Amino acid sequence: MKAKSVLAAVLALSALAGCGGAPGGGDEDKAAATPSATAEAKPDISKAGNVTLRVWDQNVRGGQNAEIEELNKQFQAKYPNVTIERTKKSFEDLLKTVKLAASGDDAPDVIQVNQGRGTMGEIVKAGLLRPVDDYAKVYDWESRYSSTLLDLNRFSSDGAEFGSGELYGLSQMGEIVGVFYNKDKVTTPPTTLTEFEASLQQAKDAGDTPIMFGNLEKWPGIHNFESVLGQTADKQAIRDFVFAREGASFDNPEFQAGATKIKEWVDKGYFNKDFNGTDYDPAWQSFAKGDSWYLIAGTWVTADLAEQMGDKVGFMLMPGQDPNAPVSLGGEDLPFTISSASKVPDVAAAYIDFLTDANAAKVLVDTNNLPAMKGAPTPSTGVSVEVAQAWQKLNDADGVIPYLDYTTPTFYDDISSAIQELLAGKQSPTEFTAGVQEAYDKWAESR
Amino acid sequence: MAVAAPLEAASREGSPGERPPGEPRLVGYLYLLPAFVVFAGFVLYPLYRAAYISLWDWDGLTAGTWAGFDNYAEVFTDEDLRAAFVHALILLLFYAVLPLLIGLALAGVMARARVRGLAFFRAVLFLPQVVAMVVVALMWKMIYQPTDGALNRFLGWFGIEGRSWLGDFNLALPSVGLVGTYVYFGLAMVLLTAGVQKIPTSLYDAARVDGAGPFREFLAVTLPGLRGEIAVALTLTTIYALRNFDLVYITTSGGPGNATSVPAFQVFSRAFESGQVGSAAAVGITLTVIIFIISLGINRIAERST
Repeated sequence: MKAKSVLAAVLALSALAGCGGAPGGGDEDKAAATPSATAEAKPDISKAGNVTLRVWDQNVRGGQNAEIEELNKQFQAKYPNVTIERTKKSFEDLLKTVKLAASGDDAPDVIQVNQGRGTMGEIVKAGLLRPVDDYAKVYDWESRYSSTLLDLNRFSSDGAEFGSGELYGLSQMGEIVGVFYNKDKVTTPPTTLTEFEASLQQAKDAGDTPIMFGNLEKWPGIHNFESVLGQTADKQAIRDFVFAREGASFDNPEFQAGATKIKEWVDKGYFNKDFNGTDYDPAWQSFAKGDSWYLIAGTWVTADLAEQMGDKVGFMLMPGQDPNAPVSLGGEDLPFTISSASKVPDVAAAYIDFLTDANAAKVLVDTNNLPAMKGAPTPSTGVSVEVAQAWQKLNDADGVIPYLDYTTPTFYDDISSAIQELLAGKQSPTEFTAGVQEAYDKWAESR
Repeated sequence: MAVAAPLEAASREGSPGERPPGEPRLVGYLYLLPAFVVFAGFVLYPLYRAAYISLWDWDGLTAGTWAGFDNYAEVFTDEDLRAAFVHALILLLFYAVLPLLIGLALAGVMARARVRGLAFFRAVLFLPQVVAMVVVALMWKMIYQPTDGALNRFLGWFGIEGRSWLGDFNLALPSVGLVGTYVYFGLAMVLLTAGVQKIPTSLYDAARVDGAGPFREFLAVTLPGLRGEIAVALTLTTIYALRNFDLVYITTSGGPGNATSVPAFQVFSRAFESGQVGSAAAVGITLTVIIFIISLGINRIAERST
C-alpha cells in the first residue's frame, strides 16, 4: 500500500512537471537578441512620456555611491518625466543574482554586468542583452574610450568570441591593480622590476614586511600573480589567452617564468608569512598602519588608504622591464548594459550616455573616483593625482592586461585555487601552468 | 470532488465490525491532503526537478543538452568533487562525533551531581546554537586571524608560535571543523541531559547497591538509557555536517586551494557562479542520497539495540 502510493505520487508529479523538455528550452526564441528597432538619431527623452527606468548597479561604497546618486539626481532633473528605480548590490551579490535577474520576466532595464565569459558571455549567449552599437554611433561613444577598454565590453552575439564583435555596454571607472607604497619607508619609488626586487630585499633586511598580502578570499592571488606575470610575459600573449584567441596558451615558458618569480618572492619572504590565511581587508588596513612597505592592490582602495594615511601613501604602476612601456593588470569597472527585454531602450541608452559624458567625468573626479573616459579632468591633490597620472601613462602606452578570471566560465575557481596551491608550494610553477592549461583545454574542447 | 465521493462511500461502509480493528479508514488520507499538497509543492516537486535537471548539461540560461548520467559519473571521477565528499566525511567527525562525546561527558556528570543553576549553564552552553551561523563564522574568522587573532595572541602568552589556521593546507579543515563542534555540542548536550533526567533514579540506586563505580554506572545505566537521544543527536548533527555550507563559504571559500571544499559549497559555486547547473543538481542529489543512507543507518542501529 505504502510503496504503491509513493509510486503513484511520483508518477503524478512527473506528469505534472511535463517530462521531456530541456531545462531552459522554452526560451530558444530569445537567443541572439537583435534590437527590434535601430536607433538612428539621438532620441528625445523628454518626449518619451512618463517612464520608470529600473537600474541595477554595484556602486555601494562611499565615493561610488555618492557619484551615482549625484548623477541620478541630475538625470531626473534634466528629464522630469523619468523616474529612476535603483537597486544597489555589492559586487559579489550582484554576481550571484545577475543571471537570474536578467533572465526574469521583468528584467531591469539597465544592469551592470561583469565582463568576461563567466557572466557577460553567458548572458549574451542567452540573448538577454541588447547590443548598443547603434547608440554608440548616435552618441559617438567610441571616441570616449581607448579601443582596449571598449574591447573588454565586446562579445560576438552568440557569446563565443570575447573581446571583439558587438558592444554591449559602457563602464564609468578605470581600474588599475598597481603598487601602493608607504612614503615613510620608500623614499624613491623603484622604476624597474630589478630595482623593485632590490627594494623588497632591503625591506626584508631591515626586518620589515615588504609586501602585505591577504589571500584568504582566494581572488587577491589573481591580482598579485598577474601583476608579476605582466612583467615576464608579453602583454599581447596575456590578452590573447584571456580572449581565448587562436594559438594562445598558459603553459609556456613566459607564463612559467611569472609563476617562478612570484614563488621566489614567497620563498625570499617578500610577502607576510601567513598570506593564505589573511583576509583582504585586514591586509590593506595593516599596510595603512605602516606594517609593510608595499601593497599590491586595485585602485578601489585608493580613497580608503588616502583617508587613513593622508599624504604618506604613494601609488605606482607595477615596475617592469622598461619604465616607458608599463604593463599593468587593470581595466574598467562593470559596464552598464541594456536588457533585451527593456521596453525603453532609448531612455536606457540616454542614461548610459549621461553616466559616461564629460559632466559625469567631472562628478567622478569630485567624488574621488577614477574616470575611464579620455580627457577627464585631473584631480588636484593627494594620491588620486598619482593614480590619475598612472592611468594616463598606462593608456598612452596601451599597457592594460585584462583579468585572467574572465577567460572561461569556471576560470575564477580554477585559477584562484591553483594560485593558492602554487604560493603554498603544493604545486611547482610548471605543475601550476600545466594544471591551469588543462582546465582551459577542458573548456576549449567543449565550446 | 471526484476523489472525495468514493472516499465518503468507503467511510460509510466502514461501520465497526466490518473492518479489522486498527485498520485506518480511507477518509484518513483526506486529512493528510492539505499537508501533502504543501509537502509535494515545496519538497517533492523541487526534489524531482533537481533530479531531472541533474541529467542535463545546463548553464542556467540557454537550452540544456541531454547528459544522461555524465554528471553523476563526474561526481565520482572529478578529483575536486570526490575530495569535497571526503572533506564532508571528515567534518562528520567534528560536527557529529565530537559534539556527541562532549555532550555525553557533560550529561554523565550532570546525571550524578545536581548542579546549582543548571538551567543557566545549560543556556550558556546552548548559546552558540542560537546565534546565526553567519555571525559565528565571522567571529571565528577573526579569532583565527594569523597576525592579531585572539587564538594566536593567546598562544603567544605561552610562547607558542601562532599558526595560519585557515590558510594552512593541513590545518584549515580541522579549524573549520572545530567551529562546527563549538556550534553543535550545545545541541547534543541539551538533548542528552534532558534524556538523563528521564532515567529513573532507582536504576542508579540499584547500580550503586551492586557496587558500580561512576564509570561503570555511566556504561551500564546512563548510556543505554540515552540510546534514543543519541540517535536523534547524531542524526541532526550528521545532517548539519553534510549539508554544511555557510561556515565554509564565509571562512575559507573552500580554500586554501580546495582544502575545505564541501559538496554543498560545490553546489552553490557550480549553480550560481560557474553556470554548471546540471552538475550542481547532480552533486545535490548525491548528497541527499548519502544523507538519507547515513541517517537511515543511524536509526536502524539505534532501533535494533533497543
